[in-house]
Amino acid sequence: MKLKDFIISEAIVPELKATDRDGALRELAEALAASGALPKDSVDEIVAALIKREQNGSTGFGKGVAVPHVKHAKVKRMSGTIGRSSSGIDFAALDHQPVFTIFLLLSPDNQPQQHLQAMNIVFSNLQKDIFRRFLRQSTAREAIVDLLDEADQRP
Amino acid sequence: MSRPSTHVHSAMPKASRDIIVSNSLGLHARPAMQFVDLANQFRSRVTVSKGGQEPYDADGKSVMQMIILAATQGTPLKILADGDDADVAVEKLAKLFDDKFGEE
Repeated sequence: MKLKDFIISEAIVPELKATDRDGALRELAEALAASGALPKDSVDEIVAALIKREQNGSTGFGKGVAVPHVKHAKVKRMSGTIGRSSSGIDFAALDHQPVFTIFLLLSPDNQPQQHLQAMNIVFSNLQKDIFRRFLRQSTAREAIVDLLDEADQRP
Repeated sequence: MSRPSTHVHSAMPKASRDIIVSNSLGLHARPAMQFVDLANQFRSRVTVSKGGQEPYDADGKSVMQMIILAATQGTPLKILADGDDADVAVEKLAKLFDDKFGEE
């Protein structure tokens, strides 16, 4: 599986307007809905599910990144997007540091293996210092898309 | 006051156990974090190894590395601990899998 298999380029938000966690989750869900990856009338429900998931345990796994995710019946096809924040967002991260890069992942509720594969590819890349650094420095959507393409081409 | 010297270890003890992921959702983020939280309560170094076509040794104290295992239901894994509390660490960590992390 590759990042571009589920990251929707048009839904990438290179500079989030939101300055808090819940606002960022909504902004990214709305970007996915605007791209057609998610029904517009399910945004509220999805955002509520994402917030509930965060309350059960932060997906801010450290190193300035968060990977909020949810499995939901309203999601027909796995899709994800990326949001960047220059100022940083409080995600109640494990290392208590602000989050600058958010990978949002929405999965159908009946395909756990596909979900694990997507998490695998996301975290395999986020483990790499250079990937995190370039992502954090990419201020344009095209630059982020190029970075994803490069990451996908590496074995 | 002299202590009776019962056991003298020339090296740190190691322990390991083979387990199989049995919960239907696999080792997703929540169980991975549950594992890491428990692993961090032990002094031993903890490693979780996956064999097969995509072998990977995850640091059992790193959530990111545990998620990279992407261990689906039915995946065999090996839990290894290295340190003075290795035995109890492996026992307690394996029990999480036995109990399916409280899932189905």
